[in-house]
Amino acid sequence: MQMLPWLPQDPDLSGAIKAARGIADPLARLHAAIGLAGHDRDTVATQRIDRLAEGCLAELGDGGLTPLRLAILASHSVDHLVPAIRVAGLSHGIAASVHVDGYAQFRQTLLTGDAALERFDPQLVLLALDTAALLPALPLSTDESEADELVRATAADVRQLWRQARNRFGAQPVHQTLIGQAPPVIGSNELLLPASPASLCRRLDQALREAAVEDGVPVVDIADQLPEAIGDDRRYDPVRWHQAKQLINPIFAPLYGDLVARVLAAAGGRSRKCLVLDLDNTLWGGVIGDDGIDGVKLGQGSAEGEAYLAFQHQVVRLAERGVIIAVCSKNDHAVAAAMFEQHPEMHLRQSHVACFVANWQDKATNLREIARRLNIGLDSLVFVDDNPAERAIIRRELPQVAVPELPDDVAYYPERLAAAGYFEAVAVTHDDFARGQNYAANAERAAAVEASTDMDGFLESLDMTLTVGPISPVDRPRAAQLINKSNQFNLTTVRRGEQELAALLGDPANVGLCFRLRDRFGDNGLISVILARPDPQWGEGSLLIDTWLMSCRVLGRGVEAAALQVLADAARRSGAIRLVGEYRPSGRNAMVEEHYERLGFVPVEPPETCNGAARFWHLPLADAAPPAHHMKLEIRA
Amino acid sequence: MTQQDIYAGLTEVMRDVFEDDDLQIGSTTTAQDVPGWDSQAHVLLIVATEQRFGIRFTTAEFESLKNVGEFATLIGDKLARRG
Repeated sequence: MQMLPWLPQDPDLSGAIKAARGIADPLARLHAAIGLAGHDRDTVATQRIDRLAEGCLAELGDGGLTPLRLAILASHSVDHLVPAIRVAGLSHGIAASVHVDGYAQFRQTLLTGDAALERFDPQLVLLALDTAALLPALPLSTDESEADELVRATAADVRQLWRQARNRFGAQPVHQTLIGQAPPVIGSNELLLPASPASLCRRLDQALREAAVEDGVPVVDIADQLPEAIGDDRRYDPVRWHQAKQLINPIFAPLYGDLVARVLAAAGGRSRKCLVLDLDNTLWGGVIGDDGIDGVKLGQGSAEGEAYLAFQHQVVRLAERGVIIAVCSKNDHAVAAAMFEQHPEMHLRQSHVACFVANWQDKATNLREIARRLNIGLDSLVFVDDNPAERAIIRRELPQVAVPELPDDVAYYPERLAAAGYFEAVAVTHDDFARGQNYAANAERAAAVEASTDMDGFLESLDMTLTVGPISPVDRPRAAQLINKSNQFNLTTVRRGEQELAALLGDPANVGLCFRLRDRFGDNGLISVILARPDPQWGEGSLLIDTWLMSCRVLGRGVEAAALQVLADAARRSGAIRLVGEYRPSGRNAMVEEHYERLGFVPVEPPETCNGAARFWHLPLADAAPPAHHMKLEIRA
Repeated sequence: MTQQDIYAGLTEVMRDVFEDDDLQIGSTTTAQDVPGWDSQAHVLLIVATEQRFGIRFTTAEFESLKNVGEFATLIGDKLARRG
């Protein structure tokens, strides 16, 4: 039985786990465990991989993964699901610590507090509830308005619990959707009985989904994303419920764990960003170089052609919501491009494609090149190729790239790609919709740079306007998204949730700025965030730049210089006499090692209490001259 | 499937579930004899055994099992009934 069908199978997973246990070096052992977590696996194998990884993490701390503390407050047993959450976390670069609250204690814990949970200090609180725990059984004769009232009151009650998770524990609440346990009393026309358990479950579930969107609460959707049955096994099995109060069948643990982990990853900005597509037999049937434009199968008239077209439609929808699309194909560039330009049924257009690579080099080299040109990490890429040999090579050469197993029939490609959950998001911002176009416009900009020999002239010709203002509540979701996902142009890589950010901005002594960049190619949206705060270690009048990050899309455009000018003004207004800049190497942010030096800051010795690897510079504000740039500044109050 | 085959299969399942490559079981082995065999592990053991042998235990059977011997006999009965 395939539980995680997009992951490759290991013919001897059990043997591989045993072999990994024998690795002496804990870091090498952890990497082996991470590799094993990337394979299709059942519940027992998942638990064994968890023990293997937990042993390593006990020795290593986080082992280079992002540590994350998740508390689960549930109305049913969840202990059997915890190893699967941790193992799925490994695949997403997360070392999850999971605290399980006392059985069905969620209300008490949230309303009156709990010492153990306070000590655990969760970053996220997953409320995993079932309908029976929330709603009293009603007489079936209860009328519509009474049932409505109960649903409304119950939803208000759950929202209160979310608020408590935020207020009492400073944690981001996460909502798990409700799944029906009681079968219908009528059947198809169940809603004729507004108070039947099945009707109430449906209504409450809908009410809570809407409340979650309103309250900014991410959702783990077990009702729609977890299949009701796989083979003879059901996600909710009354046998397991009666035996152990398990709402989720242990057999489904690997899938459940992945659902939770991908939402955690998305909340931490670790979702994938870019879909790289092969062409022949992936976007159309046949080989363009052999069969010609007239010979390949695409579009109406053949079942196979329609299936390829349906896959293209799914790809375009992903592009529209901000997933970057790239092409990586072994083809003559002109031949591949002609298909896009001339085939009347092509739904994916070159304008959707941010980076188009068709040549005869090996695909690992090309994927590296794609990541470089788009300024994103290899761990942001998903590579879709119908050829199992190419998939195997990429998995071996570039283990950071996600490479889904594909079903034999292209008709199943769209749902397979969706099932893998690579592009999970917990917020959708206006910028997401514009992003795809931006990356495509960037390709044009890059071409313009290559063509231009006069950099200043080129920047001037871009006609750039930088809009600057405080981080308002409207900006907060996108600002938090950037704070949690930028790795390369990020001076300190301090991560902050929306809650934490709001708290920080609430203090008038702190400076928080966000920057939007427009140019003649389009609007780049919110591209940079700076946070600065007084720090007693640096003495009176010093403002420590706690966070400075920028989207790599706008690298080399002089945004930093213009941003410094605005920051210096804001600092002066807050009464500061100098700025202190910090650089903390993260392994991925070497590109900004010289950032402060380039902006005219002078190195200073850190206070003794500082973290060893961090380096510091300062800029006295009295004699700071505004650095040169090519931006028009638009200051929002 | 012989009793011997059943014990061999069950040993493999239990070694994986309890993460003990040297685990030896006999008909009188009970939960007390195996470190880690608590109520949660018991459900996992049942699930893994069901998958391994392609059988299902009923809610009632789950409660009545006293030791590995009864477990193996029940598996044998179910396999025989299935034919």
